[in-house]
Amino acid sequence: MVLDARDITRALTRISHEILERNKGADDLVLLGIPSRGVPLAERIAERIASVEGYDVPVGSLDVTMYRDDLRMKPARALLPTKLPPGGIDGRTVVLVDDVLFSGRTIRAALDALNDIGRPRAVRLAVLVDRGHRELPIRADFVGKNLPTSLVERVKVTLAGVDDADAVTIFGEVAS
Amino acid sequence: MKRHLLSAGDLTRDDAELILSTAAELRELADRPIKKLPALRGRTVVNLFFEDSTRTRISFEAAAKRLSADVINFAAKGSSLSKGESLKDTALTLEAMGADAVVVRHGASGAPHLLANSGWVRSSVVNAGDGTHEHPTQALLDAFTMWRHLGESKPGGLEGRRIAIVGDVLHSRVARSNALLLNTLGAEVTLVAPPTLMPVGIESWPVQTSYDLDTVIPKADAVMMLRVQRERMQGGFFPTAREYSRRYGLDGRRMATLQDHTIVMHPGPMVRGMEITADVADSSRSVIVEQVTNGVAVRMAVLYLLLGGSEPAVGGEE
Repeated sequence: MVLDARDITRALTRISHEILERNKGADDLVLLGIPSRGVPLAERIAERIASVEGYDVPVGSLDVTMYRDDLRMKPARALLPTKLPPGGIDGRTVVLVDDVLFSGRTIRAALDALNDIGRPRAVRLAVLVDRGHRELPIRADFVGKNLPTSLVERVKVTLAGVDDADAVTIFGEVAS
Repeated sequence: MKRHLLSAGDLTRDDAELILSTAAELRELADRPIKKLPALRGRTVVNLFFEDSTRTRISFEAAAKRLSADVINFAAKGSSLSKGESLKDTALTLEAMGADAVVVRHGASGAPHLLANSGWVRSSVVNAGDGTHEHPTQALLDAFTMWRHLGESKPGGLEGRRIAIVGDVLHSRVARSNALLLNTLGAEVTLVAPPTLMPVGIESWPVQTSYDLDTVIPKADAVMMLRVQRERMQGGFFPTAREYSRRYGLDGRRMATLQDHTIVMHPGPMVRGMEITADVADSSRSVIVEQVTNGVAVRMAVLYLLLGGSEPAVGGEE
C-alpha cells in the first residue's frame, strides 16, 4: 500500500485548496468525476470546498466509454452514468476528476465527450495518482501523489463508500 | 458467437438487464444539446423492411443515426419473388455493400432466423418483427417502460409485477416476445383474449391465460392492449367489432377498476374505438407516447451492445 486513508484525505484537502487558489475562489467551478472512482473523489473535493468557502460546487459525472479509442478492441462495455449539473458547463471552469492518470487516453476521451456537451471557459484535470507513462500530450493540473511505476505494475485505488476502505495499492511485478 | 438478436427468449436475465441499464443511460441523451454519440462511426446499419412499418423503421433509423452509424433503408415492399430466393439475393446484395448490421422486418415467421443462420451474411441480424412470431426490441422497450414506472432501481426489476396482455394474442409477435422477456425478468404475465385468438400451444408459454378481462385487470400493474390485426385474419374470429370492443376493449369504465399506479400500454398503431377508447389512450395512465421515446433508447442500446465493441455483449448463440 502506498497511500492509506489519511494520506488520501490529506491529498484531497490539498487538491481542494489548490483548485480554489488557482480559480481564485469557487465561483463558476464545476467538478466532473469520471466513473467510477472519479465520481466519489469529485464529491469529496466538493465537500472540502464547501467547508472552506461555504459554497456548494456543482458536481457531476462524465462517462467516456463511447469516446474511448479502444472501444472496438474489446467487447462492448456497459455504460456508466453521465449526470450533468443543472446549470450545465457552458462558460464554467470544469475540473475533471479521476483516480489514476496513466496513458492519458481516458482524459482525451473525456475532452471529446465534453465537446459534445458544451463549451466550458476552461478545463482542468485533478487526479489522485499520477503514475506516469503518458502516451498523449496530456498533464494534470492537480495531483494527489506522483507515483513512479513500471509498466508491469498495476495501481489500484479503493475508496470507502464504493469499496471497503480508502487505499492506493501497487500490485507488483508479475512473476514470469 | 453471440451476434444476433432474433428472439426475446435468447436473452438471459443478465443480457436483458445490461440492455435496459444501457438504454437508461442513453435516454439521457435526449436532454443534451448534441444528441449524438460517436460509438458506431463508420459502421453501416441496413434497415431491411419487407413489411410496412413506419414507426419501427424510423425508431431504428433514429437510434443508428444517434450513434453515428451510416443508415441504408431498404424497403422491399411488393416483392413478388418467392421468399427464400428473394431473401437470399437481398442478403448477398447487403453483404456486398458491407453492412455491419441488418435490421429485418419480414411477413414470414422465421425469416430473420434464416438470414442469420444461412451463412449468406456476416453481419449481425436484428429481428424487427417476423410474421406472427417475435418482435424482441418491442418487448425490450415495453419492459424498459414498465421498469421506469413500476420497477425498483435495479434494471429490469419487475419481480412479481403482474402484467396483463390483452387482445389479439394469436397474431401478435409483441405478445410472444413480451411473454418471454417479462418471464425472464420475473414478472407474472396473464394473456387475455377470446378463445379464437389464443394461439395453439399456449400451454407451453410461461404465462397464465384468461378469457375474462374484468377479473384480470384490477390486479394488474400494467395493462398492455394489442391491436386487432385484421390484415392477418381470414375468416371470423369474433362476431362483430362491437362485441369485441365490449368484451375485450379498454374503456373508461374498465379503466376505473385499475389500481392507482397501473399504467396502460399499447405497442401501436392503435385502433381507437376498437381495443382502446380515446379517453383511455389520452388519459394520464397512458404511457403510449413514452413507449415511442423509449424505443429509440432501447434500440440504441441493442445496436451499441451488438456492434460497439470487438464482439457483441448480448444476444443469442445462433
